[in-house]
Amino acid sequence: MIQLDRLRNLAIIAHIDHGKSTLADRLLELTGAVDARDMRAQYLDSMDIERERGITIKAQNVRLFWHDHVINLIDTPGHVDFGYEVSRSLAACEGVILLVDASQGIEAQTLANCYLAVESNLAIVAAVNKIDLPAADPDRVCEEIERVLGLPAEDVLRISAKTGEGIVELLDAVLAKIPAPTCDDTAGLQALIFDSHYDPYRGVISAVRVFNGTLTSGQRLRFLQANATHDAEEIGTRLPVPTPVTSLGPGEVGYLVAGIKDVGEARVGETVTDAARPGAVLAGYRHPKPMVFCGLYPVVGDEYADLREALERLSLNDSSVTYEPETSGALGFGFRCGFLGLLHMEIVRERLEREYDLSLVATAPNVEYLAHTTSGEVAVVDNPSAMPDPAEIASIEEPYVTITILTPTEFVGPLMDLAQSKRAEMTKMEYISEERVELVYVVPLAEIVMDFFDQMKSRSRGYASLDYEPAGYRQSKLVKVDIMLNGVPVDAFSSIVHNERAYDYGRRMSQKLRELIPRQLFDVPIQAAIGGRIIARETVKAKRKDVLAKCYGGDITRKRKLLDRQKEGKKRMKQIGSVEVPQEAFVAALKLDD
Amino acid sequence: MSLGVYIHIPFCAHRCDYCDFATWTDRAHLIDEYVDACVTDLNQRHTAGLLPEANTVFFGGGTPSLLDSPAIQKIIDVIPIANDAEVTVECNPDSVDASKLAAYARAGVNRLSFGVQSMVPDVLGALGRTHDPDNVERSVAWARDAGITAINLDLIYGTSCESIDDWKYTIDATLALRPDHISAYALTVEPGTPLGKAVADGLQTGTDDDAQADMYLLADDLLTGAGLDWYEISNWSEPGAECRHNLGYWNGSDYLAIGCAAHGYTQGRRWWNVRTPERYIEAIQNGTSPEAGSERLEAAAVRDESQALMLRTAAGIPHDSELDLVGNDLAEEGLLTSIEDRWILTRRGRLLGSEVITRLALGRVECQ
Repeated sequence: MIQLDRLRNLAIIAHIDHGKSTLADRLLELTGAVDARDMRAQYLDSMDIERERGITIKAQNVRLFWHDHVINLIDTPGHVDFGYEVSRSLAACEGVILLVDASQGIEAQTLANCYLAVESNLAIVAAVNKIDLPAADPDRVCEEIERVLGLPAEDVLRISAKTGEGIVELLDAVLAKIPAPTCDDTAGLQALIFDSHYDPYRGVISAVRVFNGTLTSGQRLRFLQANATHDAEEIGTRLPVPTPVTSLGPGEVGYLVAGIKDVGEARVGETVTDAARPGAVLAGYRHPKPMVFCGLYPVVGDEYADLREALERLSLNDSSVTYEPETSGALGFGFRCGFLGLLHMEIVRERLEREYDLSLVATAPNVEYLAHTTSGEVAVVDNPSAMPDPAEIASIEEPYVTITILTPTEFVGPLMDLAQSKRAEMTKMEYISEERVELVYVVPLAEIVMDFFDQMKSRSRGYASLDYEPAGYRQSKLVKVDIMLNGVPVDAFSSIVHNERAYDYGRRMSQKLRELIPRQLFDVPIQAAIGGRIIARETVKAKRKDVLAKCYGGDITRKRKLLDRQKEGKKRMKQIGSVEVPQEAFVAALKLDD
Repeated sequence: MSLGVYIHIPFCAHRCDYCDFATWTDRAHLIDEYVDACVTDLNQRHTAGLLPEANTVFFGGGTPSLLDSPAIQKIIDVIPIANDAEVTVECNPDSVDASKLAAYARAGVNRLSFGVQSMVPDVLGALGRTHDPDNVERSVAWARDAGITAINLDLIYGTSCESIDDWKYTIDATLALRPDHISAYALTVEPGTPLGKAVADGLQTGTDDDAQADMYLLADDLLTGAGLDWYEISNWSEPGAECRHNLGYWNGSDYLAIGCAAHGYTQGRRWWNVRTPERYIEAIQNGTSPEAGSERLEAAAVRDESQALMLRTAAGIPHDSELDLVGNDLAEEGLLTSIEDRWILTRRGRLLGSEVITRLALGRVECQ
């Protein structure tokens, strides 16, 4: 058992690319946790996607030894969508290292996470990183940190995770400034699960933080929210190699294997306690709420069951993903899935395809609307095709978010233009230093979801950063645009858009489909409609000729193979009313940008 | 059951831009050896008892008219030929003259098929053809002087630069030569041809199905009006002047493949020879089989295939309880018509033949 005053639990808060993973690498090396010869860059980033994109998605944790102390380092994700993952990492800590790039300055999302740490009463050790770079301006960045966070500039450490400069001082500051955990000796076992993943051989492996009492190998455990009992088959710590221990005392961080096969029984945020003497549920836990939704469908219909299993598995590692079965006339059987944000959606989809070997189609993303009907009911709509008929709708509310943009002053103009085009209202504009400005807007989430982030990055040459948080619902002039093939609505293309954009959306989508839908024996009208009102129309002209002209020198085999291919193609067609459309056409329409 | 013999002559003076057939422009030095190989191949089959009396012989290419008459003669001489046999040679109007055609006739050739393609020089140029339209008129006259009256003129329509007026001019000019048979094929852009590459690179526009459909209907009107009846998707003739060799492909007759890249169909087996003339010559000289591959189809595939082939012809296919449900639908949509208990393509149906054939085959599967 480790004495409480010898323990420190901390996370690193940093913006993407500000050097968090490199700092983790240096800490592993300096404390001797990983031999230099075993070292590889971004040691703790275990997913391919993390290494490729240079971002951390899953929180990892590792135990370090420094000057007779044990430091549990909990790595946190570094992207706007993963605030939830950050919050669950923070729940296991007493302090954080705030890491800021010495040339970039503090970024919007770092600021948001730092506020979260302050709200959770965590101690903050601030460090300016990459001071070895020629463009580094540590004085300015330290001043910025002082101005926005109130941390004295002279207390901010100056380091280079790459060269190792200042890392010893950083570790010393961690011991000095971050408090040791405290515990209630009279309470029974209370441990928080702050991460879980499914291992095909061992079942669920959870990362836990013990708050009170002792978690012992072999102990009979109660999982309070799941209301289930399991035995602690193995407990251990990551050094970073998983190493079994007989017990984890108060304040300690480690892993727990309890032979759990049901993915729903070890959710992130679960409180684990002793079965014989159950403690209370640990509080202060923020649960994630999906903000962006889309339909996910297998490209090949018979992969539906595989997709369901993959979602079940993946949601254990990432419980912020929600999924409900849905059926689309155009795309067949699939799931309506909820995500924390756009990048989250992209990453989940990529993981499903890569880790579970699936090929997927995603419908256009949308947010969750509240439709007030004339009969006084409120419908929650997370799928455009489920929107009630316009005649029955009194009003529609859509979610808004408060966005905070930090940008160098030279890009303020272009970014204000961008915000203007996205129905945004400015609520604050403040210079955080001579060169940098904080812009705060209230804006419909749907506008952010589409392409805001990419546009902001391109208009600021990559320098502006963004964070957002929910700002409630507001009434908007929204309409549902349906796309109809020969009079039959194609659910996958229904979209809820602002009144002023409806015509543009309808026309663009109709044109796309006209190019993609093969000609039929009759003219096929493609219409965009709001309720019964047609706002755009295109026609796929009837096919007049498809016959193969010639057969060369008696080569019937070639002709037959062509016909066989046509036969196979016809079998795969989706029937929308009397119109036959290859699924590939829908997929292509959904993939096309603009 | 009649037997056809197809002899492939894989040599051309010039390659047309749209052509993806097995033919070469740089191997004229192989012609003698190649003709000898064809003769040997035929002799071996005869000796083995695999060459019964032929009802049709067809020299296709490439450009068979690059062969001089002794070469044609040598090949015909080793084929046991029925008294009323049809013996066709495909000719390029540029590579014939009066004496060559007269010699062909003496060798036993009684039908000529000229590659005309178009009577409009610009259209010919776009196809990569070199001949002068006047050569066609001369060639047809020489053929008649030689006593050959069965004459087909091959046309291609739907080149991107060809207007409907160009096409009408071509048909009128062709009909003016009074052939007893006309084939009119829609230009198909094949990948791997100079035309296919030009289209893929955006240097030339591809074909337009709608324009080709208009041209087909115009051709059908004008040809039928001139007394040439439609008897296969792309073929029209005077009554009794149908190409018996080509009909054999559609109605399931046996045919032998002689020469490289040729396809044969005998006793329910489809087979094809090695692709290049060198390899064909080598195989024959070594006494090995020139066959490169073959397939024997399952009963269901044979039935679907023969249905697909027969449906292309004016004879159509017989009514059948497994087909009639879809057949009735297709008739209602104006694609099929029912005459004397047979399903026959309508004019619209001829243009949409792939749709009809595919739906008939899928409809039969559903019935089973």
